[in-house]
Amino acid sequence: MESFEFFFPGRPGLTWRGDGKLVGVVGSGNLEVMIEPVQLKGECLVTISTSVTGYRETWKRVVADFVDRHTLSDIRVSINDAGATPAVVSLRLDQAVAEYLGGPL
Amino acid sequence: MTESYLETGARARIVGLLDRNSFAEFLGPTARVMSPHLPGLDMPAAFDDGIVVGEGTIDGRPVLIAAQEGGFMGGAIGEIHGAKLTGLLERALDVKPDAVLLLFDSGGVRLQEANAGLIAMGEIQRAVLATRHAGISVIGLIGGRNGCYGGTSIIARTCDWLIGSEEGRLSISGPEVIETIEGAEEFDSQDRALVWRTMGLKHRRLIGEIDRVVADDVTAFRDAAKDYLGRSRDLTLDALEAEQGFLTERLNRFHDCGDAREIWARLGINEPARVPDLDPEAFESIATTLAVQRP
Repeated sequence: MESFEFFFPGRPGLTWRGDGKLVGVVGSGNLEVMIEPVQLKGECLVTISTSVTGYRETWKRVVADFVDRHTLSDIRVSINDAGATPAVVSLRLDQAVAEYLGGPL
Repeated sequence: MTESYLETGARARIVGLLDRNSFAEFLGPTARVMSPHLPGLDMPAAFDDGIVVGEGTIDGRPVLIAAQEGGFMGGAIGEIHGAKLTGLLERALDVKPDAVLLLFDSGGVRLQEANAGLIAMGEIQRAVLATRHAGISVIGLIGGRNGCYGGTSIIARTCDWLIGSEEGRLSISGPEVIETIEGAEEFDSQDRALVWRTMGLKHRRLIGEIDRVVADDVTAFRDAAKDYLGRSRDLTLDALEAEQGFLTERLNRFHDCGDAREIWARLGINEPARVPDLDPEAFESIATTLAVQRP
């Protein structure tokens, strides 16, 4: 197992509400993503726990790309990963935002 | 619109079974009550430990509900997972809902948590029986990809009622376990037709182990569950002795059958080979008259 924690400067835009949202499942080649509103002085925090070691840089890029594509601030994204590919990770992250905002599942 | 019960996950099943927006989760994922054992084994954990528990309503009637997430470790029961189930059942004694719904999708004990998982099994069974003893209906639903095996199958058979789809399976030992121990000549785990006619829920319905077969559709499960809200099966010494007598009689009647189809023929089903092809409604109309009846 390997764990990372990344902070990103936030960009105000989307309004977060409610308790948090969980999508995905911790199964082989899959992951769960939980998104929660947390007071972080406008920043975004992403914590990752993964069963596959040695991919810190890849995770950082995938998550940075996600943060770039949305206007996020004061959120914590928590990930439990069981070997998902970067594409699956990106889709799950987008799904978490979509479901959090009450959009299509 | 129909939604496959088999293909959806624990949370979506709960949403589909309960009245719209009525679900309130206990110890949800943001509480981060996670397995204390998996990190030590260098294995990934889940924020909800693979089970969703909470309360809601069905047609306005209060129920408690639990759903196992089969995608996480095969829905296997570890310490936290089990404690959430036990806690939910103990809450039933306080709030007296019209039923407790248990959505099984599990291979049994989580072997990685060994003794803690086994203890959890005992606690859950005790809690199911205490709930039933208080006159609260406990309804099990089976229709997930992992079926209902091992200790989870024992919990299921302590419920008042069981509802399932033909995609579901119910058995103590799984196909591969039997093949490993007894050999492929005894039980070929790759033979899907054999697995389903031995462990599948149509067979379980015909031999009196579950109460209803429904279509693989969340709404069909909801409609069937409604019929059992507030209804309990007798839990007295007399009832248990009657059940024991029923099992003895059933064994005497079918002990020489080498295949489920022989049992179905003996029950009076004209074309036993066609049972797997019957849609749930046609099957239920046959099962209602011909299935072995539990006391």
